[in-house]
Amino acid sequence: MQPANLFFLTLALIGVAYALGYFRSRALAAPMGGIRHLKSLPGYYGVRAAMWCGIPALIVLALWVSFEGQVIQLLVLGSLGPEMVPKSVGEASLMMSRISNIASGALSSDSVEQPLTNAAALLTNLRDNSGNYMTLLVLSIAGLAGFVGWYRIQPRLNAREQVEKTLRWIMFACAGVAILTTIGIVFSVIFETIRFFGMVSFVDFFFGTSWSPQVALRADQVGSDGAFGMIPLFTGTLLISAIALVVAVPVGLLSAIYLSEYANTRVRGLVKPAMEMLAGVPTVVYGFFAALTVAPFIADFADSLGVGASSQSALAAGLVMGIMIIPFVSSLSDDVINAVPQTLRDGSLALGATQSETMKKVIFPAALPGIMGGILLAASRAIGETMIVVMAAGLAANLTANPLESVTTVTVQIATLLVGDQEFDSPKTLAAFALGAMLFIVTLLLNVLALKIVRKYREQYE
Amino acid sequence: MSNQTEQAEIVRRSLKGRYRKERRFRAYGILAIALALAALVVLFADIIGKGHTGFLKTTITLDVEMDSEAMYLEDPTNSDEVRMADFVEPLIVSLAEMLPDATVDDRDQLRGLVNAYSSNQLRDELVASPQWMGTTQTITFLANSDVDVYVKHKDDDAYSIKLSEQQREWVDELEQRGIIETRFNDVFFTSGDSRDPARAGVLGAIVGSLLVMFVTLALSFPIGVAAAIYLEEFAPKNKFTDFIEVNINNLAAVPSIIFGLLGLAVFINLFGMPRSAPFVGGLVLTLMTLPTIIISSRAAIKSVPPSIRQAAEGVGASKMQVVLHHVLPLAMPGMLTGSIIGMAQALGETAPLLLIGMVAFVVEIPDGFFDGATALPVQVFLWAGSPESGFIERASAAIMVLLAFLMSMNALAIWLRKRLERRW
Repeated sequence: MQPANLFFLTLALIGVAYALGYFRSRALAAPMGGIRHLKSLPGYYGVRAAMWCGIPALIVLALWVSFEGQVIQLLVLGSLGPEMVPKSVGEASLMMSRISNIASGALSSDSVEQPLTNAAALLTNLRDNSGNYMTLLVLSIAGLAGFVGWYRIQPRLNAREQVEKTLRWIMFACAGVAILTTIGIVFSVIFETIRFFGMVSFVDFFFGTSWSPQVALRADQVGSDGAFGMIPLFTGTLLISAIALVVAVPVGLLSAIYLSEYANTRVRGLVKPAMEMLAGVPTVVYGFFAALTVAPFIADFADSLGVGASSQSALAAGLVMGIMIIPFVSSLSDDVINAVPQTLRDGSLALGATQSETMKKVIFPAALPGIMGGILLAASRAIGETMIVVMAAGLAANLTANPLESVTTVTVQIATLLVGDQEFDSPKTLAAFALGAMLFIVTLLLNVLALKIVRKYREQYE
Repeated sequence: MSNQTEQAEIVRRSLKGRYRKERRFRAYGILAIALALAALVVLFADIIGKGHTGFLKTTITLDVEMDSEAMYLEDPTNSDEVRMADFVEPLIVSLAEMLPDATVDDRDQLRGLVNAYSSNQLRDELVASPQWMGTTQTITFLANSDVDVYVKHKDDDAYSIKLSEQQREWVDELEQRGIIETRFNDVFFTSGDSRDPARAGVLGAIVGSLLVMFVTLALSFPIGVAAAIYLEEFAPKNKFTDFIEVNINNLAAVPSIIFGLLGLAVFINLFGMPRSAPFVGGLVLTLMTLPTIIISSRAAIKSVPPSIRQAAEGVGASKMQVVLHHVLPLAMPGMLTGSIIGMAQALGETAPLLLIGMVAFVVEIPDGFFDGATALPVQVFLWAGSPESGFIERASAAIMVLLAFLMSMNALAIWLRKRLERRW
């Protein structure tokens, strides 16, 4: 059975367990004179039975779906016999794909060794039956545990307390998912990064000025020995982010000031949602706009001025990314400006300052730390943005500060190195993880710093 | 006394300049807003201008003579004969008859007018109704995608049109006679991806996106709400709780591509789940949207006034009963609004899906959570990168479909908030 169908079937069983538990508690209470002799309401007995039935079964189902592929691979490779067991991860995946090719008939079974054919037969067998084993296991666990939960219902049992305790644990586990995610991110980049630095030295990576991740497949291949210097990627990312911030910060800040200090409620009510629409547009749409409209326009315009521009200029990607983070800057600055106490405003106006003087000389300095925090957050978003640069910036790692030339960024390289098939023992693939680790660390530092500044600033006026 | 009048004089003289500065400052503000809104308008106008033709298809209606000699086919029910038969010739003959200056010898040029799939369409229709053999039938075919681009964008230099002068003249003539026409593009909504722009559709991508969204919603909403309740109502104030909070705030700002790396390393490499599967895409997007949902759910719980809790506790409800029976229903509208907004973000997300392999070229409509699939934004990305000019309008049209989904989700969120929100 398909895991999805099995999941829904288990849900149905949980419903049945609830109903059975509910009616059993009522039936037990009936001879004693009604449900007021039960320790808890009948519904709690039902929920308790449902929990007995559902929780272990769903955990087993989740584990099965997660580890099915791994276990099958272990079993199949284990059946090969000691002399053929692959020694490295790459060898294992190669062997596995060979076996599955034999199993699917893409590779004729006549031309290969006997153990491989046997392994292929085992693989077919396991794949066919795995669903059945899973269905059998999950349903019998649900049935058995549900029966135990149902059977142990007694009037003296405090079902409510047990149900509430379990719920609390479930909620705690859900809150823990956030921590698991962070741990998952750290571990998923850290191992590959360590392996990467086993092949490429720190100095080459951090201070190298050339990036060409193609690695020779054969020893005698020409012109692709792989260079992993991240400086050009780093400068490219900075260039595009800087262009984006140059667009977004003045526009976002000034519109936030106008909206919070000058505009009446009607204008505010119309303009704010319109600005927020900019934030709701998917990044792939901005990427499309940048690549097919803005970039050709800039190239044509630069041509007409007699300056050469690349068709994938950093300027196009940066401009559009700037548009994307305008609402981000403006809503953060809006919050910050509104948090400045009204008394400061009133005091300044009472001394005869105009509104703009009040803004520039009183409110802006007071709000500056908060605004800086907001800009840092916007910068972190610009650095991590992927789709716009994947579609509109180039792949060539040029070390340049000219916005009309094509540059590449950290996120573009991660995406291009990891799309398609990868081998996990070549430095080319591992480099993407090392870049991911750098990206994670930089954005994390920026965020922590920004949140700290914003929080400190808020406390100042609370 | 004179000192005061002197000062007043200085102030009065400076007033004009100060007011001018005030007006200039105000004008900057208006200019900034105008720029932002202009960007929005240009963006939408560009997408609609490029994409509206994507909702039209170009068809060519031919009188096809089912001549058994020309087709080398006697009996359309005999599958061996059908396999060997020639279904291209009748199309060429029919076109040559309609164009006076064309002969059957212009075979390749004529053939370039109809879609490459037309012969298969003719075969399927003839097999379905074998009594047509020997008669002449009027059948509507899809035009070749180059003809499609030419008919729609004749005067636009931005499109490269791969038709010869001769073919252009023919198309103009056929269009005048009403044989080539444009009509609503149903193919776009009823088929999956294709290498041929004229036959490419978004249905596969929409179904893929729906499958991904289903997994995301089914996981992120319950987990997010439960986590929010725990953190807001039950968590003891200690270092560990603080750590969870800091974690959630930071996860909300982690670049989405990092979640793609997580999905690739953990779900695909460690757990051995299949690539390109909507289930894995849903898992990755769940982890990505969770912080958004948790943060908005916590805000919704916080806004329920303490008097409600105290009243429930006063009549003897346990802590869990207070939360589940009273706080949660009152906080639900806020939680739903936050979740819909989080889901809208997830629907538009592309980068993490690229890394877990949902960029494959998938023709079939996926019909399970573990089938190979793409999603709507990924489809836009794929088409935007295609060299054929016919795909540009398809990509814009797909963007319009995506934006329509997003707007209706946001409208739903706004409606829910208006309808169910309570002010205390």
